[in-house]
This record gives sequence, C-alpha cells and structure tokens, in this order.
Amino acid sequence: MTLNQQRKLKTIITGLFAWTVALVLFFPIFWMFITSFKTELQAISIPPTLVFEPTLDNFRVVQERSDYLHHAWNSVVTSFGSTIIALIIAVPAAYSMAFFPGKRTKDILLWMLSTKMLPAVGVLVPIYILCRDYGLLDSKTALVIIFTLMNLPIIVWMLFSYFKDLPKEILEAARMDGATPWDEVVKVVLPLSVGAISSTALLSIVLCWNEAFWSLNLTASDAAPLTAMIASYSSPEGLFWAKLSAASTLACAPIVIFGWFCQKQLVQGLTFGAVK
Amino acid sequence: MKRSITRLLMAPSVIMLLVWMIIPLSMTIYFSTIRYNLLYPGQNNFVGLMNFEFFITDPGFFPAVSNTLILLLSVLIITVVLGVMLSALIDKPFFGQGIVRVLLISPFFIMPTVNALIWKNMMMNPVYGIFAWISQSLGLEPIDWLSSYPLMSVIIMVSWQWLPFAILVFVTALQSQDTEQKEAAQMDGATGWHIFRYLTIPHLARPIAVVVMIETIFLLAVFAEIFVSTGGGPGYDSTNLAYLIYNQALLQYDVGVASAGGLFAVLLANIVAFFLIRAVGKNLTV
Repeated sequence: MTLNQQRKLKTIITGLFAWTVALVLFFPIFWMFITSFKTELQAISIPPTLVFEPTLDNFRVVQERSDYLHHAWNSVVTSFGSTIIALIIAVPAAYSMAFFPGKRTKDILLWMLSTKMLPAVGVLVPIYILCRDYGLLDSKTALVIIFTLMNLPIIVWMLFSYFKDLPKEILEAARMDGATPWDEVVKVVLPLSVGAISSTALLSIVLCWNEAFWSLNLTASDAAPLTAMIASYSSPEGLFWAKLSAASTLACAPIVIFGWFCQKQLVQGLTFGAVK
Repeated sequence: MKRSITRLLMAPSVIMLLVWMIIPLSMTIYFSTIRYNLLYPGQNNFVGLMNFEFFITDPGFFPAVSNTLILLLSVLIITVVLGVMLSALIDKPFFGQGIVRVLLISPFFIMPTVNALIWKNMMMNPVYGIFAWISQSLGLEPIDWLSSYPLMSVIIMVSWQWLPFAILVFVTALQSQDTEQKEAAQMDGATGWHIFRYLTIPHLARPIAVVVMIETIFLLAVFAEIFVSTGGGPGYDSTNLAYLIYNQALLQYDVGVASAGGLFAVLLANIVAFFLIRAVGKNLTV
C-alpha cells in the first residue's frame, strides 16, 4: 500500500467509527421520533417495527389530552422572559467588569460562580414556602424569577468573557473622538457584541427550557412548562408509548433544532469562554 | 470612568445574587432548628440539632450520600474518559463530519424528563424495550434494568446526556491544537499513542477541568431523571441527596428535617466546590 492509500484507508476507518458512535448515541432520539408516528400496538411490538404506515393520531391526542400548546406557551414565556430580564441585569455588570476591572473583579466573578454551587435542594423548602405564602405556587412569575437568578451567574460570566476579548483600542478611539460613556456602550460595544449577546441568550433559553427541578416542584398544571407536562406521562397507567413519544418529540424538537444551529456558541458559552 | 459608576452597573447583579443566596439560606438554617411539619401547623418550637439527628439517622441517609457521590464520580469518569478518546478519534476530516457533530450533540438538548422516559420505557423495559429485544435475539435472559440495577440505569441516562457535551467541548478544543507540533513528533517517529499521551492530553488539561467543574454543578443536583424513572427505589437504591430531601419536604411535609438535609447538601457541595473552584480559578485568566 502506498502512503496515499494508507491515508485514505485511515480516513474511511475514522469516518465509519465516528458514524457508528454518532448513530448509537442518537438512536434513542431517532426511536422516540419514529415511535411517535406508530400506533400503540406497533410501538410495543417485538421485534420492533421499522416499516409501518405513519399516523399523526398521537399528536392530535397529545394536544387534546394534555393541551400541548398551553404548556409550550408556558415554556416559551418562562425561557424568553427570564432570559431577557437576566440579560438586562447582566450586560451592565459584565461590561463594567470587562472594561474597568478593579482589584476585586476576579473575586466577584468567582463568588458569582460559587453561587451556582449552592444546590437547589438546599433552598427548596424556603422557596416553596415563600411561593406558597405569596400565592406564587403554580405561577409563571415564580419560574421567571427563579430562572433569572439561576442563570444570572452563567450569563454574567459568558458576557464577561466575550467583552474581555473586544479590542480596547476601539473604545479609546471612540473616546478620543469625544464619545460619552453612553455613546460608547450604545454605539460601539453593543453593535460589536450582538453575536456574544445572542449566543448568551441562546444558552440561557436552552437551560430554562430544559430546567426540571423547579418546574416539577413549583408547578402543577396552570404554569407547568413542557418539562413538567412530560413527567405526567410517567405514571404507569397502561402502556402508551406512541403518545408518550409524540409528546416528547413535540417538547424537544424546538430546542434540539435550535441547538443544532448554535452548537459552537453553546460550547463557548457553557465553558465560560475557556474553550474556543 | 469613575469607580462609583462601575459599582452602580454591577450592583443589580451582585445584590440580586446576594439576596438569592442569603434569604433562602438563612430561612433554611432557621427551619432546620425548629419543629416544623406542614401537617401540624403551630407547633414550631426550637429543637436544637434534633432535625440533623433525624436526618443523619434516617435509613436513607447513607445510601443517599453514597449514591450522590457514586453518580457524580461515575458520570464524570465515563464522560471524560470516553469523551477524550472519542474526540481524539474523530478529530480528523471524514465524510459527513457536520452531520456527525449534529447527531452527537443532540442528546444534550433533550430535557431530563424526556430522557428518563425514553430510557425507562423504550430502551430498558424488560418486556418491550430495545435492550430486552437485543438480549432475546442473542438468546439471553432480558434484564429488568430499573429494578435490578437502578443506580446504574440512572448513571446511563445521565451519562448519555453529558457525554455529548464532553465530546463537543474536547473536539472544539482539539481544533486549536498545533498540527505542526504533531507532524514534527510524527517525523521523529512518535507513535499515535505517544502523540495522544504527550501532546493531546496536556492540551486538553484545561477543557477537562472546565468540563469537570460544569458537570459537577449539574450532577450534584440530578433530580428529574430519578423522579421520573425509578422514584428513588427500589428501597433507597437510587435515592440521591436531592431526591431524599424532596421526599422529606414535599412528600412527608417535614420542613425541619428537610431543611437540615438541605444544609447538609450545601455543605457537601461546598466541600466539592472548594477544591474545584480553586483548581478552575487557577486555570482562568481574568
């Protein structure tokens, strides 16, 4: 074999291997998707059915039985609402820490990170009781507040690591030209960081959309986002995997597709810019 | 810009996080020292450390602590080791790389409740599940995963979610590896293993630290997977601290004991965090 052939063979082996791993890891999702178009009988048949006439019945039943759109709307409101609020609070903080770092900046950042290490169960009881006393159990307001605070440290960190990489010379040049601090932010920093802010927002939306601890504990039906709605399918009243799959597909599809388009930004974001 | 304005800009974030930390935490501390059961209101007398005693002597306590740590360590080891190996293997151009990446990362975006339901039913069900069908086809006895190996089942579900994250981080990090260095090493006769051991692994040190830190934050708090799939059982076999405290608070209405448990969870997380934040803090350039 020539060197060239060897190289080609290597590429093929790498490719085959990578595809195998990817297909194995993706299989449960593929299976969920396929099952959602089966009848209940086909869903539990052994050996598994691969060829069948797809039906959309399950999706209709899911909408009727558990009002998918209502819960999807809850997910949208809580994820987008808390993300927007968190950004409004976090952008100024990250901006001032990145452009005007003081002696304490690093400490403050690490302290913020450490609040993420406070396990949610440690404050489950008081939050539950506070919500009960203020009539916020099963309300979207409670979830929006909690999601905002929950993701705030990550959002500040992420924005900080982006802002830090912006060339400071541009700001100095703007200042020389007589820009006020307000101009600096609105006309220079914000346009330069549209990408940074939108990928931070994406990450926050994904984290909120998939948040389950608070959703399960603080909501019942009115404010339940999709994560909590799906949990209601876990009760063992008979097997209805096709409907379960349809509900799951509907719950995950928006965010999985969303994620496909911005996987790279998400990695940067979740690793606080430490991995680029 | 003046220091006062910088402070003003930071103030909302800092104050809100402080409030978010201090108020609930001090309430937890207070509740942990009184008798407080939601079923018997009005008998909230001070009981000192009795709640802690109750929590620590609860038959679920030791299983919960060990399950929490086993879950954390197993998932960390699985995702980091497999993640490094797989990402090193697929970090070469091949057919359909883009699609493979998309497929690989997908499990990370699946919400925990769906994750648990897919695995519990369609994969691990002892009669109709895919695993059962595979064992049957091989002429083996199907395994009832959730009742025979409950903790391992949870570990599989959680690893399935976090392995893609690890792979993606490592693949992204490997793209910045110096190819000239690798080629030079190859010229000097270094084997693939040597390159992996002496060039790739050191290059990945920092991404590994970051992955470990982020996964730890989320893994200490695993809840939905257990809630949906095993319900902590059978017995306490798959109960972790988060689930045990949930159980005390919202199923047995014992706020006092649950608060004591919550403080214990905070303590455990802080012990873990103490080492992690220091390690990561050293690695981050601020």
